[in-house]
Amino acid sequence: MTETTPIIVATDVHKWYDAFHVLQGVDLTVDRQEVVVLMGPSGSGKSTFIRTLNALEDYQQGQIIIDGMELSHDLGNIEAIRREVGMVFQQFNLFPHLTVLQNITLAPIWVRRWPRAKAEEVAMQLLEQVDILEQAHKYPGQLSGGQQQRVAIARALAMQPKIMLFDEPTSALDPEMVKEVLVVMRSLAESGMTMVVVTHEVGFAREVAHRILLMDQGTVVEEATPEQFFQNPQEDRTKLFLSQIL
Amino acid sequence: MSLLLPKSPTPFSASSIVTWLQRNLFSTWYNCLLTIASLWMIYLGGRGLFLWMFSQAQWTVLQANLRLFFVGRFPIDQIWRVWCIVLLLCAVASLTVGVIQRSRILLISVGALTAIGLGIVPLGGGQGPEMIWVTAMGGVSLLNLLLGPWLKTHLPQRLIVRGLPCIWFLTVFVVLWLLTGGLGLSTIGTNVWQGLLLTVLTAVVSIALSFPIGVLLALGRRSPLPVIRTLSVLYIEVIRGLPLIGVLFVAGVMLPLILPSQVQLDAVLRAVCGLTLFSAAYLAENVRGGLQSIPQGQIEAAKALGLNPVLVLGLVVLPQALRSVIPAIVGQFIGLFKNTSLLSIIGLVELTGISRSILSQPRFIGRHGEVYLFIGLLYWLFCYLMSLGSRRLERQLSVK
Repeated sequence: MTETTPIIVATDVHKWYDAFHVLQGVDLTVDRQEVVVLMGPSGSGKSTFIRTLNALEDYQQGQIIIDGMELSHDLGNIEAIRREVGMVFQQFNLFPHLTVLQNITLAPIWVRRWPRAKAEEVAMQLLEQVDILEQAHKYPGQLSGGQQQRVAIARALAMQPKIMLFDEPTSALDPEMVKEVLVVMRSLAESGMTMVVVTHEVGFAREVAHRILLMDQGTVVEEATPEQFFQNPQEDRTKLFLSQIL
Repeated sequence: MSLLLPKSPTPFSASSIVTWLQRNLFSTWYNCLLTIASLWMIYLGGRGLFLWMFSQAQWTVLQANLRLFFVGRFPIDQIWRVWCIVLLLCAVASLTVGVIQRSRILLISVGALTAIGLGIVPLGGGQGPEMIWVTAMGGVSLLNLLLGPWLKTHLPQRLIVRGLPCIWFLTVFVVLWLLTGGLGLSTIGTNVWQGLLLTVLTAVVSIALSFPIGVLLALGRRSPLPVIRTLSVLYIEVIRGLPLIGVLFVAGVMLPLILPSQVQLDAVLRAVCGLTLFSAAYLAENVRGGLQSIPQGQIEAAKALGLNPVLVLGLVVLPQALRSVIPAIVGQFIGLFKNTSLLSIIGLVELTGISRSILSQPRFIGRHGEVYLFIGLLYWLFCYLMSLGSRRLERQLSVK
């Protein structure tokens, strides 16, 4: 793969929950080092779509290619893609029976087969990066929501992924903890990580995103740069959405 | 309730006792009534038991048969092998406990138990050799309890984490070797495994075997593959619909009739099979409860990290699921331990069986009270130890 080819290419992705047509032909192309923000009202399919990108949800029609590998039903292929795609969830989903350090080193040790010493060294660097080095030996239940989410980011980064997916990473946080998570995400974007972010954080979208997509009823309604999106939206649906959240 | 009370030392005086009584036993007129009625009943029951224990009961039946209760008709000249097993288990168990935690209470209680043992042995007609064994058991346990913390600080942790299971694994084989013989020891048939020895043996083996089978059945019941799921459900529901005694009859009496005559399964082995298969079905349902308590997000997070299904299960789901059902699982094991008493009905001479045969001796006819009180105490002791262990395990593994 050359550095110029897009790292994510999703074409005409359709998904049905029984009769309910959740994704009605979503297209998305993401370049390397690009930060794309998905916005939209709840139920618009943005979370479902981001979860198809690492096969936590399957899709019935269309094609998704991640870093040159097509997502198929082959489990080995899915696991290979998941190794390259980190994900951060709304509810953190840290493993409560493991310490912070064990949470972070679990996948590098068992999936990447790193020696424990190397995994722990990388983990400590990441914890320093997300600014919670001193919590390494605590359990997730002893941390605040913001700290937990930063551990979750470190856990995903420990696999040294090429892409990071964020599924509403700040929606379950108390307002005063949102900022500490956004700071980490911002510095991650500045370091050149390819990111797809589902969020309602207007400030983050405006300042960090390279491109913003508005989704509604399972389709992409508008796709634009942040300036265009916020100052000069083309679609009526976008104007309505912005009038409700700003 | 006492757990909820603050731990500050209460001044111990007459007035505080009176207030305690007032608050807890005589707070209202109906509580007074209940207290007095309960005290009266305790008095009636206690007096009867007390009078019987010290005037009518003839405890010689226990003294004369102590060896039968514990090891049955195990060859007398080979009894040192049983002592060796107990000594070995004391050593390994105390080492494990010592490594896991240091506790002065444990040291004191082991010391006290040894002293009590040394006091009781002569009462049961024990002499020099028995005293030496008991002393050795106490001594080794105390030594290992002290050694554990030292090892923990002076050896690398990984050596301990890998070493302890290895030691236990080896212990199992040494115990089996000592029990069955061979390799230089005279062979001992399973028909002379009797008494408490047989009870503990069948219980431990059934517990050890039914646990993995139960976990597999629970996973099978949640499997996306319809054949495996149906078979698991079928097995669990069939076994749960049968009484244990029925399963044991099938295993003990009917299996030899059904199987071709060349295949001869040992009676103890058949009994263990019956207990294991029965217990596994109940265990599966307990484990399934634990599996269902794991939020979907945990599985998704593990998958998103690239873990394959086996690792998701082994590293994320099962550790949490099993932890949450420790009380239920240990409850199941305690039940299994007590259920071994049913083996006496299919002709195995375990603790209950040996008691029945002792009671049928002309000398001891009518001594039911003494004998059943004694073996009841033994059953209770083992079950209580298990529940104590489970509580400790729960605390050790509790999610902070």
